[in-house]
This record gives sequence, C-alpha cells and structure tokens, in this order.
Amino acid sequence: MKHGTFFWFVFPSALLMLLFIAMPIVSVVLQSLYVQHEQVLIEVENCSLFGCETTTSVDQEATRALREAEPLGRWAGLDVYLNRAHLATSEVAEAWSTRESLGDFFSGLYNLPFYRALAFTLTYTFIVTPLTIILGFFIAVAVNSTIKAVRGPTIFFSLLPFVITPLVGSLVLFWMLDARGILGAGLQWLADNPDLSVKASTPLMWIALMIYGVWHSAPFAFVVFYAGLQTVNQDTLESAMIDGANRWERIRYVVFPHLLPLVTFVALIQLMDNFRVFEPIVSFAAQAHATSLSIAIFTDLGGETRLLSSAAATSVLTIIGVAILLSPVMVRTYRDFGKD
Amino acid sequence: MKMWNTAILGTAMAVLTTTTALADGHGCAIDAGRVSIIGNEFPAIQTIGATAGECAGIEFSSNLTADHQTLNVAGMTGNPAEYTTAIVANSSIVALINEDVIRPLDDLIAEYGQDIPARQLITVNGQVMAVAFMANAQHLVYRADVLEEAGVAVPTSYEEMLAGAEAIRAAGIMEYPLGGAYAAGWNLAQEFNNMYIGHGGEFFEPGTANVSINNEQGIATLEMMKALSEYMNPDFLTHDSNATSAEWEAGNVAMMNMWGSRIGNLMDDEGSEEVVYSNTVVGGPLMVGDSGVPATTLWWDGWTVAKNISDEDAAATFQAMAHAVAPTTLNEETMGQAVWLMDGYTPAPVNEGVLASVAAGSRPYPMVPYQGLLHSALGDNIADFMQGNESAEQTLADIEAAYTSAATEQGFLQ
Repeated sequence: MKHGTFFWFVFPSALLMLLFIAMPIVSVVLQSLYVQHEQVLIEVENCSLFGCETTTSVDQEATRALREAEPLGRWAGLDVYLNRAHLATSEVAEAWSTRESLGDFFSGLYNLPFYRALAFTLTYTFIVTPLTIILGFFIAVAVNSTIKAVRGPTIFFSLLPFVITPLVGSLVLFWMLDARGILGAGLQWLADNPDLSVKASTPLMWIALMIYGVWHSAPFAFVVFYAGLQTVNQDTLESAMIDGANRWERIRYVVFPHLLPLVTFVALIQLMDNFRVFEPIVSFAAQAHATSLSIAIFTDLGGETRLLSSAAATSVLTIIGVAILLSPVMVRTYRDFGKD
Repeated sequence: MKMWNTAILGTAMAVLTTTTALADGHGCAIDAGRVSIIGNEFPAIQTIGATAGECAGIEFSSNLTADHQTLNVAGMTGNPAEYTTAIVANSSIVALINEDVIRPLDDLIAEYGQDIPARQLITVNGQVMAVAFMANAQHLVYRADVLEEAGVAVPTSYEEMLAGAEAIRAAGIMEYPLGGAYAAGWNLAQEFNNMYIGHGGEFFEPGTANVSINNEQGIATLEMMKALSEYMNPDFLTHDSNATSAEWEAGNVAMMNMWGSRIGNLMDDEGSEEVVYSNTVVGGPLMVGDSGVPATTLWWDGWTVAKNISDEDAAATFQAMAHAVAPTTLNEETMGQAVWLMDGYTPAPVNEGVLASVAAGSRPYPMVPYQGLLHSALGDNIADFMQGNESAEQTLADIEAAYTSAATEQGFLQ
C-alpha cells in the first residue's frame, strides 16, 4: 500500500483514537498534577428549622477570583501521587525504618489504601487470568467433542455467564452466597458450622470474588479457543492418531501449540480486564474485605466532596500498572511478528 | 424548638387550608420554563417530584436516584445547567455551596414564595439557599413482643440496648437481636457520627479544618459500635439501610437504630408477617455515655435552585417546587411518608421517633465544607476495626491521616 493511501485509510480511526483515547488521558494526567485552590473560609451563621449555628463556609467571591486567575487549580507536581492515599512514600519509608520484622512492614504497607487495593487487584489478576484460560480451554475441548446435535445448545449455555451483565451476575451470586442462600447454607452444611458466613470472612470473600471472576470470563476464553479448534489441521491429528498418540498427547502436542497465539490474545485481554476489577466488589458489598484500584477511583468520585485530583492520580497509576502487566506479553508478540 | 411547636400546633388550622386548596385542582400554571429535578429516591421525594411535574406550561423532567450525589454537582456545573433544581439534605447541600452552583432564593421568595413559612427556609450567611420540606433522624425501633417475652424494658441508651440484647440472647429468643445500617462506607461512617456526637465529641478543632477524633470519645465510640456488632448478624458490614430493613421485616431483629423515613415500610403490612409489623414500635433517640446529647443527628431534606440557568427557568423551577411543597401535597397517602414541614401536617405514629429526636435536643448533622471528606475517610477505615484487624487507636489515626491527605488536596488544609 502506498503511504498516502495508508494514511487516508487509517486517518478516521486515528483521529477518533486521538480524540477519545489520547486526549482524555492527557486531561487526566494534567488533572492529577493540579489540586484545588486554597479554600477561603469564612465564618457564617446558618439557620434551619433546628435553630441557628455559627459555622464555616467557603467564601464564593474570593474563591471565584482564585479560580479565574488559575483555572486549572494549584500546581502540585507529584504531590498527589506521593501522598498517603496513593504511593505514600513517606509512610512507606517510615514503616520500613520502624519495622520489627518483614511481616510488620507488610502489615504497615497493607494499612495504606493504595497498597491494600493493589494487593487485592494483583492477587485477583494473577489467579483469575490463568484459571480463566485453563477452564475456557477445557470447556472448548469438551464442547468440541460432543455430538453435533447438542453442540448448539451447549455453546449457548456455556456462554450465558458472559452474556449476563456483570453487576447482575455478581448480585445473583451474592444472594446465593448469603448465609440463608442456597450456596451459603450449603457451605454451612458442608463445613458443619452454622455460623460460617462468606460475607463476614475476608479470605472467603476473596475466594468468592475470584470464583465469580472465573465464572464470568471463562466463556470468553471458551469462545476464542472454540473458534481456534475449528481450524486445527485434521491431517496432523489423524497422523498423530496413526502414530499411536492418545487423546491427551494429541491435545498436548497438536491442539495446544496450534492455539498458543490465541492464549496470548486471551491473556492480554483478561489481564487488562481483571486489573480493572470493579463490579463484583460493588455487588458483593465487599468494600470491607477487598478494594481495588477502580474502587478507589469510584469512592474518590462518589463522596459528597469529589476528589478529582486523587481519582486522576489513581487512574494514571492504573494505566501504568496495566502497561507494566502487559509489557511481557507485548514484547513477546512483537518478537513473534519480527520473526516472520 | 419554638418553630417546631408552632408547626405541630398549627395543624388544625392548616387542615382547613388543605381542603380549600384542593378545590381549585392542582392550582399550578406557569408561563414557561424548564424544570429538571435531581434528587434521592424514597417515597417522600417521589411525591415531591411527581407533584412538581403536575404544573402546566413547563418543560419537566426528573431524575430521582440513590446516586444523586455523584450527579448533582456535575449536572449543575455546566451553563446552562442540566438540572434546574437539586433535592438535597443538610449534608449534600454543602457540596453544592462549595462548588457555587446554587443561587440564593431571596428574590424568588419575595416574588413567588410569600406563602412558604419561615421555618422551611434554610439560610446560609443570611441568604436563603434552600427550602426544606421534611425532617429526618435515626432513632430506636423495637419489637414490643420480643422485649416483653425477654422481660426487657424499652432501652433509652445504647448501654441498656446492649444489656437487653444479652437478655434476649440468653432467653434463646434470637441469636442476633440487634440490627443497624453498618455497611462499610457511608452508613458505617454515619453510625460513627451518631455515636461520637452522643459521646459529646467534636469532629474538628474549633474554627479550623483540623480533624480531632483520635481521643477518648473516639475510642469509646468505636468500642460501643464493636460491642453492638457482637449482637448483630455476622454479615453486618454488608447491611445498608435496605438490607437492615429486610432483616427487620424477616423478623430476625428485635432492636435497631433506623431512619425515620424508612419506618413506614416496616410498619405497613407488606413484606412481613403480622407478628412482626404489628409489634414494630418506634422509640426515641438513644443516649450513650453521660454527655446528655442523643446519639443521633437531625436532618432536613429540601430543594435548591441552580445558579447557571436563565432567570425564566429559575422562576419556573421555583414556582413548580413551591407548588410541590405546598400544603396541598399532603393527603391520606402522603401524610405518613415523612415528617413534613408544611402546614397541615399531622404526625402519625410512624413519625414519633423523629419528633422525639428533635424534642430531645439532638444536634443537626454538621454543615461544614469539609465534613463530607471526614465522612468518606470514616467509611473507608472503620471496617478494619470492626473486623478486629487493628486497634481503635490505629483506626482513628488512619482516619485522621486519610482525612488530612484529602483535605490538603482540596485546599482546606495547608
């Protein structure tokens, strides 16, 4: 393709990406480097049906003047990134210098909101992603070997968890896991412990969230692998059978290598998705037990006073986190393409 | 409290007004303008929204949702603003004032609002910023049959509530006799606020934005909350007001501190068995410690008018909302939905708790610009203590640190 043709061919999508992906990111980065103006507080008397009281309020006139002078806010540089709600550099340094043991340091770290969110986010990502791929792969192989007549309905039912809106799907599971729900009561019966409650225990809640994660996204991996299975070279499979390979060996040496590029693809998408884990924590009302980076952004924006700079900084840190997570896969893909 | 008494005493006269006003239909015609409401979602507010929509001649829309707080500032910042009025409470009006998105109402009241009683006007620094239409508070609700069976007197303090819970458990009636909206986040923070105020605590160093909750009252507050939670369903950290109400209706709870605006649902015959709803009785606010201040906060709900809209839209909005909070709105169906502030309101048994909270000298929820930041910090950190992961001192120190970093970012602290 000529350079000119290529340029006009990609121009519309490049423009859209610039407008809707690059520009917002630039704006978020900019936002994270500025904080609100110093608030000019005045003493006021507020009266309501409950009586009058003297209290403080923001001086609108003075604040308006400040805003007009510096519309972006006060320059803060990396202050927001380094404060206690984010990287908490000084708190981490203090936890390190006052540590009694390594465990003590980590519990100090876990007490800081960003590292607590990161701990759950990373655990979730690194457990859910491989399990999703493995489960999706086995569902695909299993569906592929059922007889043709039932294959359609089987595919349909296997896809259902992915079709259900995440918020709704996790709410359904949440109520089933309630101490009086079918799964919660079943667990109590299995453990022979009538006081067992998933919602009251941090480890059980983490496990429930991860099971939900695998349940929800395994169908995605399944569909991709199932499509891949349709293109496996039948001649190679047959010759493997003639060579005496059993079913497992055929999967291991013929099917699996064929699907490997797809594994990279699924891993890439799933790493990104899982790093942004959000809906199940909301639906499970699990904020007491697990927080993620997305939840941190959500609470910053959802309070009565919105913390825009703080949310922006967490967003930028999330982007950096996704980039770091994806870099090994990206480098690998780039090398593979280089070989061709 | 004088205003309050006037409100209740004025009832008989206002009943008459109600009947006359009903005779001329909706009685609300406006020349032109746009009215767009954003507000919380519960029966009383739905009534207000629907009544405002009755007005003829306006372009009307309303968005009543539990997520109103995340939408109202953003939806009123643009020019012209998407929402011409926000229905707020004494906590959420602060964010709108901080962002300067609502207008003083004095001119509009002079022109269109002469009928609005003075007690409904909320003034900030001498200017009317909102018109309140209902009062709300959290107070005791109890199951008369369970208390009687266990031989427990109706508690007036949290200490008595604890003893009563132990008696009910010991009698084998209920394993978890207490309830409460203790869901991690906003609800849990609100319970802390109640209990801290009840212990006589002050949230900030006087006249400054410096937080000061890491003190004796703070520790006593957390310890009382923990002691209460021992008698609650183990899932209490996931129970918001809705889930707690459901637990109540399921007959699993004997005593709890609950919002006045939600009692109607508990006492009606829907959603629970006869033994539960007919024995559901409203008590007063609970005391804690010896401060003499009830462990609850007083709330009003009211409406505002956006700043960034044309004067025509503002006038239309004001008239429609004034119509919605006129005495004509009160009828058999709406009367029990809230403790209304309009003339003509007759208190029903469901509303006694809120009235008792007012009469007991409870403090209103503080209207300072940085209270919301502390509320968020409380909501994010108390769960750790409730689960026994850390000491009360550590939790209070975490809350103060989280607040300080947020308040610094917002420019309240240097």
